[in-house]
Amino acid sequence: MKLTIERAALLKSLNHVQSVVERRNTIPILSNVKIEGANGRLSLNATDMDLDIVEAVPAEVAQPGATTAPAHTLYEIIRKLPEGSQVEIEQSGDDSQLVLRSGRSRFTLASLPVTDYPVMSGGELPYSFVLGADDLKGLIDKTRFAISSEETRYYLNGIYLHAASSDGVPVLRAVATDGHRLARVEVPLPEGAPGMPGVIVPRKTVAELRKLLDETSVDVTISLSETKIRFAFDDAVMTSKLIDGTFPDYERVIPADNDKVLEVDCKSLSQAVDRVSAISTEKSRAIKLSVDKGGLTLSASSPENGSAVEELEASYEAGPMEIGFNSRYLMDILAQIEGDAARFAMADAASPTVVREVTDSSAVYVLMPMRV
Amino acid sequence: MPSLCRDCARPAEDDRSVCPHCGSGRMLSHPELFDLSIAHIDCDAFYASVEKRDNPGLRDLPVIVGHPGGRGVVTTACYVARKFGPRSAMPMFKALALCPDAVVIPPDMAKYKKVSAAIRALFAKATPLIEPVSLDEAYLDLSDGVRLIDRTPAVLLVRLARAIERDVGVNVSVGLSYNKSLAKLASDRDKPRGFAVIGRAEARHVLSELPVTAIHGIGKATARRMAEAGITRVEQLQSLPEAALVARFGKFGRALSHLVQGDDPRQIVADRPCKSVSTETTFSRDLSALPPLAKALEVLAFALEKRLKRAGLAGETVVLKLKTADFQSLSRQSRLSYPTQRADVLREHAMHLLEREADGRAFRLIGIGVDHLAPAESADPPDLFGARRFG
Repeated sequence: MKLTIERAALLKSLNHVQSVVERRNTIPILSNVKIEGANGRLSLNATDMDLDIVEAVPAEVAQPGATTAPAHTLYEIIRKLPEGSQVEIEQSGDDSQLVLRSGRSRFTLASLPVTDYPVMSGGELPYSFVLGADDLKGLIDKTRFAISSEETRYYLNGIYLHAASSDGVPVLRAVATDGHRLARVEVPLPEGAPGMPGVIVPRKTVAELRKLLDETSVDVTISLSETKIRFAFDDAVMTSKLIDGTFPDYERVIPADNDKVLEVDCKSLSQAVDRVSAISTEKSRAIKLSVDKGGLTLSASSPENGSAVEELEASYEAGPMEIGFNSRYLMDILAQIEGDAARFAMADAASPTVVREVTDSSAVYVLMPMRV
Repeated sequence: MPSLCRDCARPAEDDRSVCPHCGSGRMLSHPELFDLSIAHIDCDAFYASVEKRDNPGLRDLPVIVGHPGGRGVVTTACYVARKFGPRSAMPMFKALALCPDAVVIPPDMAKYKKVSAAIRALFAKATPLIEPVSLDEAYLDLSDGVRLIDRTPAVLLVRLARAIERDVGVNVSVGLSYNKSLAKLASDRDKPRGFAVIGRAEARHVLSELPVTAIHGIGKATARRMAEAGITRVEQLQSLPEAALVARFGKFGRALSHLVQGDDPRQIVADRPCKSVSTETTFSRDLSALPPLAKALEVLAFALEKRLKRAGLAGETVVLKLKTADFQSLSRQSRLSYPTQRADVLREHAMHLLEREADGRAFRLIGIGVDHLAPAESADPPDLFGARRFG
């Protein structure tokens, strides 16, 4: 194999694929990226056996062929080459070495036989639909902050993607929760999705997918079965295993009858929470909301730091109440609300509170209160 | 040279071998004797001494405190027994092979705690700055402006040692120096019933003659790495510049460069807040199958919950500790998103860690603990899904 490619193009693709490769691997070849030159394209493939990504970039292929090289080392080298340089990748006769040349630099990298590179079998992916990049971004961005990182609740370590009905309208829903907060977002159900199984897309896949979405605004083709999901872009295809578990019945924890409704300017609230919570301890991050007809008062106190109070204008008609939240969780949710105003529907100081955007009902957030 | 009688606690004019006041031969002389104020006090063979105190018939017999039976280890061997070889942490069967006549007494922790509290009460009369290390040892800061009695620290310590012997009935060894490391080193130099002093002028030289393990922070693993590089004595470390130590031992190299020169910046901290809570058990027979290990873990999780609740604490990191049949210790941890004190949560996280380790290896010990402590009020925030388990 011998090919020449522009550094910038190679760097961009390598950046996508190398982050799939784990830093520590017990299986040596999983530290490598597969490099294949054919038909005027260089294709890069990385996998951790759960997540597989293939990305192709135009290259001048003098001699087709394939090999593997250490992903992180290769990425480091390409990153450090001067801008605008050309990179020549060559593999001669045997499978054990790869030579990389650029300008006056020359690197010899140890490679492992390409025949040993694991292939992630797609299997049959019976459901397939197309989603706009912005819709997919929205589903991810508004839910990923609530993904649980507790390994013991592995079935919460991802975004639950499924078809549902919202007031009779079929929707594609994304839900994530860690037990303390929950985010539920939906878009109209795309053609091809009806009947799809509910799937839990793992956290790492979500993160890598989001990176690819950063650089595109085209449609993404999503294909899935009960065990795998594939995201196809113009030049990249990502295939991932799904979390083998049952997502809990989240509908039952979204209260429908909370009648104490508070409407408040989202940005002012977020900034005030940020200020007041500076006083609460690192461990608890608790903040208290006191509401009555006169408005909203935020307060926090800690034995070490002192106390803080801030008053905000708000619309509220029900009886006065006090409720405590984890300030960071509250700010996470407020950061997702795009409109000007947030609506809090509360029941009491111990029950889940529902937060929505006043003008948009497609996103629902549930927040468990804290003792304050 | 300043001298002091260790029996009547009166200073002597010059360097004498017999006290001019009481005729005792236990004289203490050191050029810096009255200039040093950091002490380490260590009870001699503490548990065994307490047992001998309570049963005078045992006084001249070799006494080993520890669990009898195949799997027990020596907790404390008295000085009579030590002559035959038994040491703390030695498997009981081995200790008994060395000293078959030893009287083995199972430990009575409640009793030792009481004795320890009595000793601490005596310390408290001398200074508020006491840093207990365990039931039987503590650091005392007797500096000017800290100590409560207007006597030189050396005199106070002699009186304290005497009071502990008389009122509590156990012997202690005292180390006096100008920092914690050296005070600790000193208390170990003249055991039992000792009083050793390491002054500023001699510290570097005293250290130079010691094996590297005498330095605080150099454990077995570091010592092994040093030995591989041909370093076994502190002297060799003293000759290396700080940069070389940092290059070789990372961040620790920096602290090391000071410690080997007799420089220890650690302050004595009274009532050091507790950083972790844990509990463990040694099996009567090694275990390798998951179900019995899981069962042991469950019992420990409940014990830990009880401890945490009693202390009003919760932990945000669950730590699983295991010791293999060949005495390899390993610890694995899992960070939660909130502090917990609940047995089911502790068990669930520790189980998750255990499942990865239970690969057929035989284990002799299992333990569970928590780190990153938080007050009980912040523990186990309510969960949207009510019960912790679902799905």
